[in-house]
Amino acid sequence: MAEKIEITEAMQAVVGVQSEPWTHEVTTTSVRSFARGVGYTDPVYFDEEAAKKAGYRSLPCPPTYLGTPIFIPGLSNDTFSGPKNTGPGLNHGLKNVLDGGTETDYLADICAGDTLSVTSCCADLSIRESKTTGQMLIVTTESTYTNQDGTVVAKQRGQGLFY
Amino acid sequence: MPLNWNAFEEGSNLPELEKAPGVTQLVKYAAGGGDFNPLHHDFAFPQSKALGSIIIHGRFKYAALGELVSNWLDHGGRIRTLSCQYRGMDLPDQPMTLGGVVKRKWEEGGEKLAEVELFVKNAEGKNTTPGSAVVVVNA
Repeated sequence: MAEKIEITEAMQAVVGVQSEPWTHEVTTTSVRSFARGVGYTDPVYFDEEAAKKAGYRSLPCPPTYLGTPIFIPGLSNDTFSGPKNTGPGLNHGLKNVLDGGTETDYLADICAGDTLSVTSCCADLSIRESKTTGQMLIVTTESTYTNQDGTVVAKQRGQGLFY
Repeated sequence: MPLNWNAFEEGSNLPELEKAPGVTQLVKYAAGGGDFNPLHHDFAFPQSKALGSIIIHGRFKYAALGELVSNWLDHGGRIRTLSCQYRGMDLPDQPMTLGGVVKRKWEEGGEKLAEVELFVKNAEGKNTTPGSAVVVVNA
């Protein structure tokens, strides 16, 4: 369990600072891989004919899938697959992380063949007491997904619980 | 069949989805979703040892709630917002029941909308992952 966690001025200064954009690709293979991982049996996420018959340009992104961040050794996070450089770091020094929650707003459709440009920022910091893990630092991250035509297709907020 | 606006009302239940993902399924999800945190596949990882087991990705449950809503819509509409909170950990090979209930049904700006409350119940009947969605129904 962590001792007392403090939100320092340096940490607070990180809130709202946007990261450099990173590319997420949506391909037929990546859509199938995600749908298979969740356990879908709906052919619309696997078979392009079925997808077109259902009215999509190509295989649509299953809900919660927002493309796969391109992986570049050294630049990508080897565990979570996103870019290492997500803007200024919080340097909170806490080793353990749990996922607190996720919220996605869908603003336009996303299909295989789309390339998304993703920026993220730390939107909020707070501290919470947990019965099992003691004090936790709650980091809310907001990511914005923009497609190849410049349309914002989705916004996602996630909470990381560090302890 | 694509969901029809007249096929449900406030209080209607979504068809439930049963899942009990094992380690292999979680590895497939890691490959598809990109989250290779050892907490979700490696029993020897210190955090897994401290918790007594590997645990299911919160995002797996979020995606499965997405599947539940997608199955219900059956491409007769689209999701506008989808959210959930990871309140309790779920373990591999344990049965989970995913479901939802329509809380509100209304029309606004020419769109047919419904708000659904979602849940992931574990074997003890505890809702580990409450969620909600707003969907737009085509017709």
